[in-house]
Amino acid sequence: MKYIVAIIQPGKVEAVYNALLELGVSGLTTTEVQGYGRQKGKTEMYRGAEYNVNFLPKMKVEVAVSSKEVAKVVTAIKAASESGKIGDGKIFTLDLADAMRIRTGETGAEAL
Amino acid sequence: MLKFNIKSTLLAVVFGLVASPALAQEVSEHGVYILNSLLFLMAGFLVMFMACGFCMLEAGLVRSKNTTMQLTKNVSLFSIAAVGYYVIGYNLMYPLGTWSVEGVLSGVFGVAIMEAVGITADAADDISYATTGSDYFFQLMFCAATASIVSGALAERIKLWPFLLFTFILTAVIYPLQASWKWGGGFLDEMGFLDFAGSTVVHSVGGWAALAGALILGPRIGKYKDGKVVPMPGANLPLATLGVFILWLGWFGFNGGSQLAMGTVGDVADVSRIFANTNAAAAGGAIAALILTQVVYGKVDLTMVLNGALAGLVSITAEPLTPTLGVAVLIGAVGGIIVVFTVPMLDKFKIDDVVGAIPVHLIAGIWGTLAVPLTNSDANFGTQIVSILIVGAFTFVVSGIVWYVIKAVLGIRVSEADEIAGLDTTELGMESYPEFSR
Repeated sequence: MKYIVAIIQPGKVEAVYNALLELGVSGLTTTEVQGYGRQKGKTEMYRGAEYNVNFLPKMKVEVAVSSKEVAKVVTAIKAASESGKIGDGKIFTLDLADAMRIRTGETGAEAL
Repeated sequence: MLKFNIKSTLLAVVFGLVASPALAQEVSEHGVYILNSLLFLMAGFLVMFMACGFCMLEAGLVRSKNTTMQLTKNVSLFSIAAVGYYVIGYNLMYPLGTWSVEGVLSGVFGVAIMEAVGITADAADDISYATTGSDYFFQLMFCAATASIVSGALAERIKLWPFLLFTFILTAVIYPLQASWKWGGGFLDEMGFLDFAGSTVVHSVGGWAALAGALILGPRIGKYKDGKVVPMPGANLPLATLGVFILWLGWFGFNGGSQLAMGTVGDVADVSRIFANTNAAAAGGAIAALILTQVVYGKVDLTMVLNGALAGLVSITAEPLTPTLGVAVLIGAVGGIIVVFTVPMLDKFKIDDVVGAIPVHLIAGIWGTLAVPLTNSDANFGTQIVSILIVGAFTFVVSGIVWYVIKAVLGIRVSEADEIAGLDTTELGMESYPEFSR
Protein backbone atom coordinates (compact mmCIF):
# COMPACT_ATOMS: atom_id res chain seq x y z
CA MET A 1 0.00 0.00 0.00
CA LYS A 2 1.07 3.53 -0.69
CA TYR A 3 0.10 6.88 0.76
CA ILE A 4 0.02 9.70 -1.79
CA VAL A 5 0.36 13.30 -0.56
CA ALA A 6 -0.19 15.93 -3.22
CA ILE A 7 0.36 19.66 -2.63
CA ILE A 8 -1.66 21.39 -5.35
CA GLN A 9 -3.11 24.74 -6.37
CA PRO A 10 -6.33 25.48 -4.40
CA GLY A 11 -8.29 25.83 -7.63
CA LYS A 12 -7.43 22.31 -8.78
CA VAL A 13 -9.07 20.29 -5.99
CA GLU A 14 -12.32 19.83 -7.88
CA ALA A 15 -10.51 18.46 -10.96
CA VAL A 16 -8.42 16.05 -8.88
CA TYR A 17 -11.53 14.86 -7.04
CA ASN A 18 -13.31 14.15 -10.33
CA ALA A 19 -10.28 12.33 -11.76
CA LEU A 20 -9.89 10.12 -8.71
CA LEU A 21 -13.61 9.41 -8.55
CA GLU A 22 -13.40 8.21 -12.16
CA LEU A 23 -10.55 5.84 -11.19
CA GLY A 24 -12.68 4.44 -8.40
CA VAL A 25 -10.50 5.73 -5.58
CA SER A 26 -12.73 5.29 -2.57
CA GLY A 27 -11.63 8.20 -0.42
CA LEU A 28 -9.43 11.25 -0.09
CA THR A 29 -8.64 13.86 2.54
CA THR A 30 -7.95 17.55 1.89
CA THR A 31 -6.37 20.21 4.09
CA GLU A 32 -5.79 23.93 3.51
CA VAL A 33 -2.07 24.48 3.85
CA GLN A 34 0.47 27.26 3.30
CA GLY A 35 4.07 26.99 2.24
CA TYR A 36 6.80 27.84 -0.19
CA GLY A 37 8.61 25.94 -2.92
CA ARG A 38 11.03 27.00 -5.60
CA GLN A 39 8.59 29.76 -6.50
CA LYS A 40 9.13 31.29 -3.04
CA GLY A 41 6.41 33.76 -2.00
CA LYS A 42 5.23 36.78 -3.88
CA THR A 43 5.24 40.56 -3.49
CA GLU A 44 2.03 42.51 -3.06
CA MET A 45 1.10 46.16 -2.42
CA TYR A 46 -0.97 47.30 0.55
CA ARG A 47 -1.73 50.98 1.12
CA GLY A 48 1.28 52.15 -0.87
CA ALA A 49 3.86 49.78 0.62
CA GLU A 50 5.24 46.52 -0.78
CA TYR A 51 5.07 43.40 1.30
CA ASN A 52 6.17 39.81 0.87
CA VAL A 53 3.76 36.95 1.14
CA ASN A 54 6.20 34.24 2.24
CA PHE A 55 3.77 31.36 2.32
CA LEU A 56 1.33 30.78 -0.50
CA PRO A 57 -1.96 28.99 0.03
CA LYS A 58 -2.15 25.43 -1.34
CA MET A 59 -4.33 22.40 -0.82
CA LYS A 60 -2.96 19.14 0.50
CA VAL A 61 -4.71 16.07 -0.92
CA GLU A 62 -4.02 12.71 0.72
CA VAL A 63 -5.01 9.35 -0.71
CA ALA A 64 -4.24 5.80 0.41
CA VAL A 65 -4.14 3.28 -2.47
CA SER A 66 -3.06 -0.27 -3.12
CA SER A 67 0.43 -0.64 -4.63
CA LYS A 68 -0.78 -1.62 -8.09
CA GLU A 69 -2.96 1.52 -8.38
CA VAL A 70 -0.22 3.99 -7.45
CA ALA A 71 1.04 4.77 -10.92
CA LYS A 72 -2.31 5.61 -12.47
CA VAL A 73 -3.46 7.60 -9.44
CA VAL A 74 -0.29 9.72 -9.49
CA THR A 75 -0.66 10.22 -13.24
CA ALA A 76 -4.29 11.23 -12.80
CA ILE A 77 -3.46 13.76 -10.05
CA LYS A 78 -0.67 15.22 -12.17
CA ALA A 79 -2.92 15.54 -15.22
CA ALA A 80 -5.76 17.10 -13.26
CA SER A 81 -3.70 19.64 -11.31
CA GLU A 82 -1.28 20.72 -14.01
CA SER A 83 -1.39 24.24 -15.42
CA GLY A 84 2.19 24.27 -16.72
CA LYS A 85 3.02 27.34 -14.66
CA ILE A 86 5.32 27.68 -11.70
CA GLY A 87 3.56 26.89 -8.42
CA ASP A 88 1.63 23.79 -9.54
CA GLY A 89 2.95 21.86 -6.53
CA LYS A 90 4.34 18.38 -5.88
CA ILE A 91 3.20 14.80 -5.40
CA PHE A 92 4.87 12.61 -2.76
CA THR A 93 4.42 8.85 -2.51
CA LEU A 94 5.06 7.16 0.83
CA ASP A 95 5.02 3.56 1.94
CA LEU A 96 1.97 2.75 4.00
CA ALA A 97 2.44 0.14 6.71
CA ASP A 98 -1.16 -0.61 7.44
CA ALA A 99 -4.71 0.73 7.53
CA MET A 100 -7.84 -0.06 9.52
CA ARG A 101 -11.47 0.75 8.88
CA ILE A 102 -12.67 1.82 12.30
CA ARG A 103 -16.25 0.62 12.01
CA THR A 104 -15.49 -2.98 10.94
CA GLY A 105 -11.93 -3.49 12.09
CA GLU A 106 -10.81 -4.59 8.58
CA THR A 107 -7.11 -4.07 7.99
CA GLY A 108 -4.65 -3.77 5.11
CA ALA A 109 -5.89 -3.28 1.53
CA GLU A 110 -9.35 -4.40 2.67
CA ALA A 111 -9.67 -1.25 4.68
CA LEU A 112 -9.04 1.15 1.78
CA MET B 1 -58.01 49.92 8.58
CA LEU B 2 -55.35 50.83 11.06
CA LYS B 3 -53.07 51.77 8.19
CA PHE B 4 -55.77 54.05 6.78
CA ASN B 5 -56.23 55.73 10.15
CA ILE B 6 -52.52 56.43 10.51
CA LYS B 7 -52.41 57.80 7.01
CA SER B 8 -55.33 60.16 7.54
CA THR B 9 -53.86 61.30 10.85
CA LEU B 10 -50.58 62.09 9.13
CA LEU B 11 -52.39 63.99 6.42
CA ALA B 12 -54.25 65.99 9.04
CA VAL B 13 -50.96 66.85 10.73
CA VAL B 14 -49.35 67.93 7.49
CA PHE B 15 -52.31 70.08 6.53
CA GLY B 16 -52.41 71.47 10.02
CA LEU B 17 -48.83 72.60 9.57
CA VAL B 18 -49.40 74.15 6.19
CA ALA B 19 -52.84 75.66 6.50
CA SER B 20 -52.15 78.76 8.51
CA PRO B 21 -54.81 81.29 7.53
CA ALA B 22 -52.49 84.32 7.57
CA LEU B 23 -49.70 82.82 5.49
CA ALA B 24 -51.49 80.22 3.43
CA GLN B 25 -48.37 79.29 1.47
CA GLU B 26 -45.91 79.13 4.34
CA VAL B 27 -45.52 76.82 7.31
CA SER B 28 -46.72 78.22 10.62
CA GLU B 29 -44.23 79.02 13.39
CA HIS B 30 -45.14 75.79 15.19
CA GLY B 31 -44.76 73.95 11.92
CA VAL B 32 -41.24 75.31 11.43
CA TYR B 33 -40.37 74.34 15.02
CA ILE B 34 -41.68 70.82 14.44
CA LEU B 35 -40.03 70.39 11.04
CA ASN B 36 -36.67 71.70 12.28
CA SER B 37 -36.81 69.32 15.23
CA LEU B 38 -37.72 66.47 12.89
CA LEU B 39 -34.67 67.28 10.75
CA PHE B 40 -32.43 67.16 13.84
CA LEU B 41 -33.89 63.87 15.01
CA MET B 42 -33.65 62.14 11.63
CA ALA B 43 -30.23 63.55 10.82
CA GLY B 44 -29.17 62.73 14.38
CA PHE B 45 -29.93 59.06 14.10
CA LEU B 46 -28.15 58.93 10.75
CA VAL B 47 -25.06 60.46 12.37
CA MET B 48 -25.46 58.08 15.31
CA PHE B 49 -25.11 55.18 12.89
CA MET B 50 -21.78 56.59 11.74
CA ALA B 51 -20.49 55.23 15.05
CA CYS B 52 -21.33 51.80 13.65
CA GLY B 53 -19.62 52.73 10.38
CA PHE B 54 -16.40 53.72 12.14
CA CYS B 55 -16.62 50.56 14.24
CA MET B 56 -16.98 48.24 11.24
CA LEU B 57 -14.30 50.07 9.25
CA GLU B 58 -11.84 49.73 12.10
CA ALA B 59 -12.79 46.14 12.87
CA GLY B 60 -12.10 45.32 9.23
CA LEU B 61 -8.76 47.08 9.01
CA VAL B 62 -7.15 45.71 12.18
CA ARG B 63 -5.72 42.20 12.39
CA SER B 64 -8.12 39.59 13.74
CA LYS B 65 -6.23 39.31 17.04
CA ASN B 66 -7.32 42.88 17.90
CA THR B 67 -10.91 42.79 16.67
CA THR B 68 -12.73 42.42 19.98
CA MET B 69 -10.67 45.27 21.44
CA GLN B 70 -11.53 47.57 18.54
CA LEU B 71 -15.22 46.78 18.89
CA THR B 72 -15.00 47.35 22.65
CA LYS B 73 -13.32 50.72 22.19
CA ASN B 74 -15.93 51.87 19.70
CA VAL B 75 -19.00 51.00 21.73
CA SER B 76 -17.34 52.41 24.85
CA LEU B 77 -16.19 55.68 23.32
CA PHE B 78 -19.66 56.32 21.91
CA SER B 79 -21.17 55.83 25.34
CA ILE B 80 -18.53 57.92 27.09
CA ALA B 81 -19.06 60.74 24.58
CA ALA B 82 -22.76 60.72 25.52
CA VAL B 83 -21.86 61.28 29.17
CA GLY B 84 -19.00 63.74 28.57
CA TYR B 85 -21.12 65.90 26.30
CA TYR B 86 -24.01 65.81 28.79
CA VAL B 87 -21.94 66.62 31.88
CA ILE B 88 -20.27 69.75 30.54
CA GLY B 89 -19.74 69.62 26.77
CA TYR B 90 -23.09 70.86 25.51
CA ASN B 91 -23.12 74.05 27.56
CA LEU B 92 -19.44 74.61 26.90
CA MET B 93 -20.18 74.48 23.18
CA TYR B 94 -23.37 76.59 23.22
CA PRO B 95 -23.10 79.48 25.68
CA LEU B 96 -25.98 81.25 23.86
CA GLY B 97 -24.28 84.60 24.40
CA THR B 98 -23.20 84.02 28.01
CA TRP B 99 -19.41 84.04 27.87
CA SER B 100 -16.97 84.05 30.77
CA VAL B 101 -14.25 85.05 28.30
CA GLU B 102 -15.94 86.79 25.39
CA GLY B 103 -15.97 84.57 22.29
CA VAL B 104 -13.51 82.09 23.80
CA LEU B 105 -14.90 80.39 26.89
CA SER B 106 -18.53 79.72 27.67
CA GLY B 107 -19.94 81.18 30.89
CA VAL B 108 -22.40 78.31 31.25
CA PHE B 109 -21.02 75.37 33.18
CA GLY B 110 -23.07 72.35 34.06
CA VAL B 111 -25.14 69.56 32.64
CA ALA B 112 -27.34 69.81 29.57
CA ILE B 113 -31.01 70.31 30.39
CA MET B 114 -33.84 69.55 27.98
CA GLU B 115 -37.26 71.12 27.88
CA ALA B 116 -39.77 69.75 30.41
CA VAL B 117 -42.17 66.91 29.64
CA GLY B 118 -45.09 67.87 27.40
CA ILE B 119 -44.41 71.60 27.15
CA THR B 120 -46.71 74.06 25.43
CA ALA B 121 -45.38 76.41 22.75
CA ASP B 122 -44.85 79.32 25.14
CA ALA B 123 -42.61 77.15 27.34
CA ALA B 124 -40.33 76.14 24.46
CA ASP B 125 -36.71 77.24 24.85
CA ASP B 126 -36.73 78.70 21.34
CA ILE B 127 -40.00 78.35 19.43
CA SER B 128 -38.41 79.95 16.35
CA TYR B 129 -35.78 77.17 16.13
CA ALA B 130 -36.19 73.61 17.38
CA THR B 131 -36.61 71.56 20.52
CA THR B 132 -33.60 71.55 22.82
CA GLY B 133 -33.78 67.78 23.01
CA SER B 134 -33.42 67.38 19.25
CA ASP B 135 -30.64 69.96 19.08
CA TYR B 136 -28.77 68.27 21.91
CA PHE B 137 -29.24 64.83 20.38
CA PHE B 138 -27.98 66.01 16.97
CA GLN B 139 -24.96 67.87 18.32
CA LEU B 140 -23.99 65.01 20.64
CA MET B 141 -23.63 62.73 17.61
CA PHE B 142 -21.05 65.10 16.10
CA CYS B 143 -19.10 65.07 19.31
CA ALA B 144 -19.13 61.25 19.32
CA ALA B 145 -17.99 61.19 15.68
CA THR B 146 -14.93 63.23 16.65
CA ALA B 147 -14.01 60.63 19.25
CA SER B 148 -14.57 57.77 16.79
CA ILE B 149 -11.92 59.22 14.47
CA VAL B 150 -9.23 58.85 17.12
CA SER B 151 -9.70 55.16 17.90
CA GLY B 152 -8.81 53.87 14.44
CA ALA B 153 -5.47 55.65 14.22
CA LEU B 154 -4.29 54.29 17.57
CA ALA B 155 -5.55 50.73 17.13
CA GLU B 156 -3.71 47.52 17.97
CA ARG B 157 -1.38 48.92 20.66
CA ILE B 158 -3.13 51.35 23.01
CA LYS B 159 -4.49 50.26 26.38
CA LEU B 160 -8.24 50.39 26.84
CA TRP B 161 -8.69 52.58 29.92
CA PRO B 162 -6.16 55.32 29.11
CA PHE B 163 -7.79 55.58 25.68
CA LEU B 164 -11.23 55.93 27.24
CA LEU B 165 -9.95 58.56 29.67
CA PHE B 166 -8.70 60.60 26.72
CA THR B 167 -12.07 60.11 25.02
CA PHE B 168 -13.83 61.61 28.02
CA ILE B 169 -11.58 64.69 28.01
CA LEU B 170 -11.93 65.05 24.25
CA THR B 171 -15.72 64.88 24.27
CA ALA B 172 -16.32 66.82 27.48
CA VAL B 173 -13.79 69.63 26.96
CA ILE B 174 -11.53 69.71 23.89
CA TYR B 175 -14.14 69.26 21.18
CA PRO B 176 -16.90 71.42 22.72
CA LEU B 177 -14.51 74.25 23.63
CA GLN B 178 -13.11 74.73 20.13
CA ALA B 179 -16.55 74.09 18.59
CA SER B 180 -17.91 77.01 20.64
CA TRP B 181 -15.49 79.31 18.82
CA LYS B 182 -17.34 78.63 15.56
CA TRP B 183 -20.73 77.03 16.16
CA GLY B 184 -21.31 78.57 19.59
CA GLY B 185 -20.94 82.04 18.09
CA GLY B 186 -17.39 82.59 19.36
CA PHE B 187 -14.47 84.51 17.91
CA LEU B 188 -13.87 82.33 14.84
CA ASP B 189 -17.50 82.83 13.87
CA GLU B 190 -17.13 86.60 14.40
CA MET B 191 -14.06 86.55 12.15
CA GLY B 192 -16.12 85.12 9.31
CA PHE B 193 -14.78 81.57 9.41
CA LEU B 194 -17.05 79.23 7.46
CA ASP B 195 -17.27 75.52 8.24
CA PHE B 196 -20.74 74.25 7.39
CA ALA B 197 -20.76 70.79 8.97
CA GLY B 198 -17.28 70.54 10.37
CA SER B 199 -14.38 69.68 8.04
CA THR B 200 -12.31 71.57 10.60
CA VAL B 201 -14.49 71.67 13.72
CA VAL B 202 -15.15 67.91 13.71
CA HIS B 203 -12.89 66.05 11.31
CA SER B 204 -9.61 67.89 11.58
CA VAL B 205 -10.05 68.01 15.38
CA GLY B 206 -10.41 64.24 15.48
CA GLY B 207 -7.43 64.03 13.14
CA TRP B 208 -5.24 66.36 15.24
CA ALA B 209 -6.07 64.45 18.43
CA ALA B 210 -5.25 61.20 16.61
CA LEU B 211 -1.97 62.60 15.28
CA ALA B 212 -0.87 63.75 18.74
CA GLY B 213 -1.79 60.33 20.11
CA ALA B 214 -0.01 58.43 17.31
CA LEU B 215 3.18 60.44 17.83
CA ILE B 216 3.24 59.86 21.59
CA LEU B 217 2.14 56.23 21.32
CA GLY B 218 4.59 55.25 18.59
CA PRO B 219 4.12 52.75 15.74
CA ARG B 220 3.09 49.11 16.12
CA ILE B 221 5.92 46.65 16.69
CA GLY B 222 7.41 45.60 13.37
CA LYS B 223 5.66 48.27 11.32
CA TYR B 224 8.89 49.98 10.30
CA LYS B 225 11.84 47.61 9.95
CA ASP B 226 15.27 48.35 8.46
CA GLY B 227 14.01 51.55 6.85
CA LYS B 228 11.12 49.72 5.18
CA VAL B 229 7.40 49.84 5.75
CA VAL B 230 5.92 46.47 6.69
CA PRO B 231 2.22 46.44 5.80
CA MET B 232 -0.16 44.74 8.21
CA PRO B 233 -3.20 43.96 6.08
CA GLY B 234 -6.62 44.26 7.65
CA ALA B 235 -8.39 41.07 8.56
CA ASN B 236 -11.81 41.64 7.05
CA LEU B 237 -12.35 43.84 4.00
CA PRO B 238 -16.08 43.08 3.73
CA LEU B 239 -16.51 44.62 7.20
CA ALA B 240 -14.38 47.61 6.24
CA THR B 241 -16.48 48.13 3.10
CA LEU B 242 -19.70 47.83 5.08
CA GLY B 243 -18.33 50.43 7.47
CA VAL B 244 -17.64 52.87 4.65
CA PHE B 245 -21.12 52.45 3.18
CA ILE B 246 -22.62 53.06 6.63
CA LEU B 247 -20.51 56.20 7.05
CA TRP B 248 -21.52 57.34 3.56
CA LEU B 249 -25.20 56.94 4.54
CA GLY B 250 -24.70 58.64 7.89
CA TRP B 251 -23.03 61.58 6.21
CA PHE B 252 -26.33 62.67 4.63
CA GLY B 253 -27.48 63.37 8.19
CA PHE B 254 -24.15 64.91 9.12
CA ASN B 255 -24.18 67.46 6.30
CA GLY B 256 -27.91 67.66 5.59
CA GLY B 257 -28.81 68.19 9.23
CA SER B 258 -26.25 70.98 9.47
CA GLN B 259 -28.61 73.16 7.43
CA LEU B 260 -30.23 73.40 10.91
CA ALA B 261 -33.63 74.20 9.41
CA MET B 262 -36.26 72.53 7.25
CA GLY B 263 -39.30 74.76 7.69
CA THR B 264 -39.20 76.75 4.45
CA VAL B 265 -39.05 75.97 0.75
CA GLY B 266 -35.53 77.37 0.66
CA ASP B 267 -34.33 75.24 3.55
CA VAL B 268 -35.78 72.03 2.14
CA ALA B 269 -34.23 72.80 -1.24
CA ASP B 270 -30.91 73.42 0.47
CA VAL B 271 -31.04 70.21 2.48
CA SER B 272 -31.75 68.39 -0.76
CA ARG B 273 -28.82 70.05 -2.54
CA ILE B 274 -26.59 69.07 0.37
CA PHE B 275 -27.64 65.40 0.20
CA ALA B 276 -26.89 65.29 -3.53
CA ASN B 277 -23.57 67.15 -3.22
CA THR B 278 -22.47 64.96 -0.34
CA ASN B 279 -23.06 61.84 -2.41
CA ALA B 280 -21.28 63.37 -5.41
CA ALA B 281 -18.18 64.20 -3.37
CA ALA B 282 -17.95 60.67 -1.94
CA ALA B 283 -18.20 59.29 -5.46
CA GLY B 284 -15.49 61.68 -6.66
CA GLY B 285 -13.17 60.63 -3.84
CA ALA B 286 -13.68 56.93 -4.48
CA ILE B 287 -13.20 57.23 -8.25
CA ALA B 288 -10.06 59.34 -7.84
CA ALA B 289 -8.51 56.72 -5.52
CA LEU B 290 -9.67 53.90 -7.82
CA ILE B 291 -7.93 55.39 -10.86
CA LEU B 292 -4.90 56.67 -8.98
CA THR B 293 -4.02 53.38 -7.26
CA GLN B 294 -4.36 51.58 -10.61
CA VAL B 295 -2.00 54.07 -12.25
CA VAL B 296 0.51 54.45 -9.41
CA TYR B 297 0.64 50.88 -8.02
CA GLY B 298 -0.50 48.90 -11.04
CA LYS B 299 -3.44 47.40 -9.09
CA VAL B 300 -6.48 48.91 -7.43
CA ASP B 301 -6.20 49.02 -3.62
CA LEU B 302 -9.67 48.61 -2.09
CA THR B 303 -8.62 50.09 1.25
CA MET B 304 -7.53 53.24 -0.56
CA VAL B 305 -10.79 53.41 -2.51
CA LEU B 306 -12.67 53.15 0.81
CA ASN B 307 -10.51 55.89 2.34
CA GLY B 308 -10.96 57.89 -0.87
CA ALA B 309 -14.74 57.87 -0.53
CA LEU B 310 -14.43 59.00 3.11
CA ALA B 311 -11.93 61.72 2.16
CA GLY B 312 -14.40 62.93 -0.46
CA LEU B 313 -17.07 63.13 2.24
CA VAL B 314 -14.78 65.01 4.63
CA SER B 315 -13.75 67.40 1.84
CA ILE B 316 -17.34 68.45 1.05
CA THR B 317 -18.31 68.81 4.71
CA ALA B 318 -17.05 72.38 5.10
CA GLU B 319 -19.29 73.54 2.25
CA PRO B 320 -21.81 70.99 0.99
CA LEU B 321 -24.39 73.59 -0.07
CA THR B 322 -22.96 76.05 -2.59
CA PRO B 323 -21.03 73.78 -5.01
CA THR B 324 -22.75 72.43 -8.10
CA LEU B 325 -22.82 68.65 -8.45
CA GLY B 326 -19.85 68.75 -10.81
CA VAL B 327 -17.76 70.89 -8.48
CA ALA B 328 -18.72 68.62 -5.56
CA VAL B 329 -17.33 65.63 -7.50
CA LEU B 330 -14.09 67.55 -8.06
CA ILE B 331 -13.77 68.67 -4.43
CA GLY B 332 -14.26 65.06 -3.36
CA ALA B 333 -11.81 63.83 -5.99
CA VAL B 334 -9.06 66.06 -4.63
CA GLY B 335 -9.78 64.45 -1.24
CA GLY B 336 -9.32 61.01 -2.80
CA ILE B 337 -6.02 62.07 -4.37
CA ILE B 338 -4.84 63.44 -1.02
CA VAL B 339 -5.43 60.05 0.60
CA VAL B 340 -3.47 58.08 -1.99
CA PHE B 341 -0.45 60.32 -1.53
CA THR B 342 -0.58 61.06 2.20
CA VAL B 343 -1.01 57.47 3.44
CA PRO B 344 2.52 56.53 2.26
CA MET B 345 3.79 59.97 3.34
CA LEU B 346 2.78 59.34 6.98
CA ASP B 347 4.62 56.02 6.78
CA LYS B 348 7.75 57.90 5.69
CA PHE B 349 7.55 59.85 8.95
CA LYS B 350 6.92 56.56 10.80
CA ILE B 351 3.54 57.75 11.98
CA ASP B 352 1.50 54.55 12.21
CA ASP B 353 -2.14 55.29 11.46
CA VAL B 354 -3.85 51.90 11.24
CA VAL B 355 -6.99 52.94 9.33
CA GLY B 356 -5.87 56.14 7.58
CA ALA B 357 -7.76 58.46 9.93
CA ILE B 358 -5.19 61.24 9.69
CA PRO B 359 -5.13 61.49 5.87
CA VAL B 360 -8.91 61.15 5.67
CA HIS B 361 -10.04 63.40 8.51
CA LEU B 362 -7.18 65.82 9.10
CA ILE B 363 -5.60 66.41 5.72
CA ALA B 364 -8.78 66.12 3.64
CA GLY B 365 -10.48 68.20 6.36
CA ILE B 366 -7.98 71.00 5.83
CA TRP B 367 -8.48 70.76 2.07
CA GLY B 368 -12.27 70.90 2.45
CA THR B 369 -12.01 73.98 4.66
CA LEU B 370 -9.72 75.69 2.12
CA ALA B 371 -12.12 74.81 -0.69
CA VAL B 372 -15.01 76.82 0.81
CA PRO B 373 -14.06 80.15 -0.85
CA LEU B 374 -14.02 78.41 -4.25
CA THR B 375 -17.81 78.26 -4.27
CA ASN B 376 -18.91 80.56 -1.45
CA SER B 377 -18.08 84.24 -1.85
CA ASP B 378 -18.80 84.90 1.86
CA ALA B 379 -15.61 83.02 2.75
CA ASN B 380 -12.03 84.14 2.24
CA PHE B 381 -8.82 82.15 2.19
CA GLY B 382 -7.09 84.21 4.89
CA THR B 383 -9.77 83.64 7.50
CA GLN B 384 -10.08 79.97 6.58
CA ILE B 385 -6.30 79.45 6.94
CA VAL B 386 -6.05 81.36 10.23
CA SER B 387 -8.97 79.37 11.65
CA ILE B 388 -7.48 76.04 10.54
CA LEU B 389 -4.23 77.00 12.27
CA ILE B 390 -5.90 78.17 15.49
CA VAL B 391 -8.09 75.08 15.82
CA GLY B 392 -5.18 72.86 14.81
CA ALA B 393 -2.68 74.38 17.22
CA PHE B 394 -5.16 74.30 20.10
CA THR B 395 -6.28 70.71 19.54
CA PHE B 396 -2.82 69.34 18.79
CA VAL B 397 -1.16 71.01 21.78
CA VAL B 398 -3.91 70.28 24.31
CA SER B 399 -4.34 66.69 23.08
CA GLY B 400 -0.59 66.25 23.17
CA ILE B 401 -0.44 67.43 26.78
CA VAL B 402 -3.34 65.18 27.79
CA TRP B 403 -1.80 62.15 26.03
CA TYR B 404 1.55 62.92 27.61
CA VAL B 405 0.13 63.19 31.13
CA ILE B 406 -1.90 60.00 30.72
CA LYS B 407 1.23 58.27 29.46
CA ALA B 408 3.27 59.48 32.44
CA VAL B 409 0.65 58.60 35.05
CA LEU B 410 -1.07 55.47 33.71
CA GLY B 411 0.97 54.40 30.70
CA ILE B 412 -0.80 54.16 27.36
CA ARG B 413 0.84 51.25 25.62
CA VAL B 414 0.39 47.53 26.18
CA SER B 415 3.49 45.41 26.78
CA GLU B 416 5.44 44.10 23.81
CA ALA B 417 4.40 40.53 24.53
CA ASP B 418 0.73 41.54 24.78
CA GLU B 419 0.90 43.49 21.54
CA ILE B 420 2.38 40.53 19.67
CA ALA B 421 -0.17 38.10 21.12
CA GLY B 422 -2.99 40.53 20.31
CA LEU B 423 -5.09 42.73 22.57
CA ASP B 424 -8.13 40.46 22.40
CA THR B 425 -6.59 37.67 24.46
CA THR B 426 -4.29 39.78 26.63
CA GLU B 427 -6.34 42.89 27.50
CA LEU B 428 -9.79 41.33 27.29
CA GLY B 429 -9.40 37.56 27.31
CA MET B 430 -12.01 37.31 24.61
CA GLU B 431 -11.48 36.47 20.96
CA SER B 432 -13.72 37.61 18.13
CA TYR B 433 -13.76 34.23 16.41
CA PRO B 434 -12.93 31.62 19.07
CA GLU B 435 -14.18 28.76 16.89
CA PHE B 436 -12.04 29.57 13.86
CA SER B 437 -8.71 27.81 13.45
CA ARG B 438 -5.75 29.97 12.59
